[in-house]
Amino acid sequence: MYVAVKGGEKAIANAHKLLDEQRRGDPNIDEVEVDQIREQLSLAVARVMAEGSLYDPDLAALAVKQSQGDLVEAIFLVRAYRTTLARFATSQPIDTARIDIKRRISAAYKDLPGGQLLGPTFDYTHRLLDMALAEGRPAHEVEADAAGVDGEMPRVTDILNYEGLIETDEEDPERDPSRDLTRQPLAFPAARDERLQNLARGDEGFLLALGYSTQRGFGGNHPFAGEIRRGTVTVSIVPEELGFAIEIGEIEVTECQMINQFQGSAEMAPVFTRGYGLTFGHNERKAMAMALVDRALRWRELGELPQYPAQDEEFVLYHSDNVEASGFVQHLKLPHYVDFQSELQLIRQLRAEHAGRFGHNDDAQNDNIQAEAAE
Amino acid sequence: MTALQNVGAGFADPVFSAQSVFRLVLDAMAQSGRIAAVPDAASAPAGLDVASTAVALTLFDYETPLWLDPALRGVEAETYLRFHCGCPLVEDTQTAAFGLVTAPRYMPRLGEFSIGSDQYPDTSATLVIQTGGLADEGPIRLTGPGIKDSASVAIDGLPDWFWPDWDVNHGCFPTGIDLIFTSGNRVMCLPRSIKVEV
Amino acid sequence: MTVATNHNGGTESGYNFAYLDEQTKRMIRRCLLKAVAIPGYQVPFGSREMPLAYGWGTGGIQVTASIIGPDDVLKVIDQGADDTTNAVSIRHFFQRTADVATTEETEDATIIQTRHRVPETAMKEGQILVYQVPQPEPLRQLEPRETECRKIHGYAEYGLMHVKLYEDIARFGHIATSYSYPVLVNGRYVMSPTPIPKFDNPKMDSFPALQLFGAGREKRIYAVPPYTTVKSLDFDDHPFSVQKWDQACALCGAEDSFLDEVILDDRGRKMFVCSDSNYCEQRQAAGYSNPAAAADIAAYQLALQGEADA
Repeated sequence: MYVAVKGGEKAIANAHKLLDEQRRGDPNIDEVEVDQIREQLSLAVARVMAEGSLYDPDLAALAVKQSQGDLVEAIFLVRAYRTTLARFATSQPIDTARIDIKRRISAAYKDLPGGQLLGPTFDYTHRLLDMALAEGRPAHEVEADAAGVDGEMPRVTDILNYEGLIETDEEDPERDPSRDLTRQPLAFPAARDERLQNLARGDEGFLLALGYSTQRGFGGNHPFAGEIRRGTVTVSIVPEELGFAIEIGEIEVTECQMINQFQGSAEMAPVFTRGYGLTFGHNERKAMAMALVDRALRWRELGELPQYPAQDEEFVLYHSDNVEASGFVQHLKLPHYVDFQSELQLIRQLRAEHAGRFGHNDDAQNDNIQAEAAE
Repeated sequence: MTALQNVGAGFADPVFSAQSVFRLVLDAMAQSGRIAAVPDAASAPAGLDVASTAVALTLFDYETPLWLDPALRGVEAETYLRFHCGCPLVEDTQTAAFGLVTAPRYMPRLGEFSIGSDQYPDTSATLVIQTGGLADEGPIRLTGPGIKDSASVAIDGLPDWFWPDWDVNHGCFPTGIDLIFTSGNRVMCLPRSIKVEV
Repeated sequence: MTVATNHNGGTESGYNFAYLDEQTKRMIRRCLLKAVAIPGYQVPFGSREMPLAYGWGTGGIQVTASIIGPDDVLKVIDQGADDTTNAVSIRHFFQRTADVATTEETEDATIIQTRHRVPETAMKEGQILVYQVPQPEPLRQLEPRETECRKIHGYAEYGLMHVKLYEDIARFGHIATSYSYPVLVNGRYVMSPTPIPKFDNPKMDSFPALQLFGAGREKRIYAVPPYTTVKSLDFDDHPFSVQKWDQACALCGAEDSFLDEVILDDRGRKMFVCSDSNYCEQRQAAGYSNPAAAADIAAYQLALQGEADA
């Protein structure tokens, strides 16, 4: 008896085997290797690192392979690994003005110190399937001077700041700079650093849709892409025993500074305001969407009215995490026999009562109903 | 201050000792009035009993600011707690997550510690109070969640104001502080939900 | 050091005993003590990503991992049964990471992790029942905002909940909630009993064992100490009541247990069996049966045979 639900152990073991067989696909085709994924599916790897909150291209590539290309699943794998890692130190803030630049564009200024650098981008490609790529053609060679530039790369927001036209980002001396959402849960109203951490880990698709909504009338600020830059920055820590900073490595980041008009309020003169996006790796779409949502969520400090979905911090911050969302949506697959049985009983009872009241003679009476007895 | 090399050992088996001590404390907190005996699994520093030491090693760390009894400051016990638990020491009772009291007659009034807020009553302090003695059966009658009917205990060495202060603390429920009494290897807990009659 | 500790005691290489690192366990343990001290209040905690999906028991797993030791005996049930796939998966997780003894016997377990049921067999002092919680906030369906719910709990202004229940009475003549039926704990906090059927609510009142609740995705822990009042919300003129069946379990003949219905054909024929598989098996082993259901069982076995042949 109970054959229908017995044998869970065996069923699970079989499911694992079938999944692994599916992962491998046709064994006559070469198996994809982790370093191929890391090098040739680098944007998938970047997304997994960003939303997985762990900068490790090799592990992210392994997660992409293990998850069969399901990036939300790969992010989950990386998160579950990350959570077991010991914390040794909190890094110093990275300085994106000191960046080994790969790409830098501004939609606000035609020319600016450091120049515009298009870099690798899909932006001006014609989206035509490259049939030659199917055959495995060699990659185009890049001329040496097209690869990058050296020298000063001041941020556009710093340039605006010379004239006092943009708000400055002040550090709050009261805030613990190492507050970490993965150690302490959100509380509301959330501070901007917590919101930004949440958005940086948030689902790209969710942020994209929210950011889009702010441009389509569900938001009140016209944004300019003040600057988008991508490149490599160094990460430093200050070990307790040394008392000074040492470099521990480099990470690639994408940063977006959105500039938004602001009409001013009783307390504040008209000034440009900022929306900020920062992600691991090459994640331009995510960084831009994040900057739009960051700006929308700043309504309280800027004295604006919260009128749109992207401004609603509980709605945005509680639903941005795709590991949480995916788990809970998919938990509906788990058995709910007991609750369903309770609901079956209830609906039969309600139907019988309904029939009693309105005189229908339907099949409700045929069901097993017993009026609830008081305890 | 004691030199680091002279600091006594922490739990010989940090994973399993902490687990077993925690379960005893959890049971004690869930069933106020019951006295548990913790195993002697660490080298307690001078001034700290076996149970106080075990509770500290189990619950304190760098995320829990500690208010330390002045009797323990600047001596081996402070070095021991800093080294094994890594907990920051604070002077201000209001910012302490834990208080560790070994001279209860001279301790701050209960109301000086944080009782949390209406919306976050869990942010209140927990005090570990090392007493002169703990016994089943005694003049102190406890009632409340975790206790079937009532329990009675004896606790030695508390100041006169202690139980009137506790009435105030209990009256603040759901805000309020929680207590872990220790003596030798014995532990008894008194959560804010418990009413005390002496 | 990336994952392993030198004294981890775990059996899955590279991971600590019971998966969680000691720092995380300490944080959860402190939250558990506060939860016990404030019965029914939801303590926020720094929930970690677990290797099982959110919504699949991560809160219960984190609570169990923070309390379990090598001397414990663990039972895991889902929908009352030890052999449903997710219960098997979670039991296997603790076998792998903590090498802990497991059992299907309610009496033998020191810790029982459950989803959606309270065991039929009475639990006793010293045992711990850990509930997996999908949504810890009993007010969430009425008020989606955490900030508002916090205020309601903070000031114990539960009028909204009573209005909802009373609207049910006005419309249906009784309260139309069959599971996740809200309870008042220790006369202070309205608490979600998790999606247990309301059939199980009365068991929670003055329960001799410690009840712990973990919601991983929502990052909340709460608790009910032993012998604490847990009262299902109701009205004087509409007292709380539980589901009753006019059948007995087809297998063991029990008339006092929560019954799942088993569909026998596509024309409405069904039989009822205990949702608590261990309770049912114990009764059958003790010689209890239900002769009146012999034809139903035969039909069920025939249907299974048909599936196997097909």
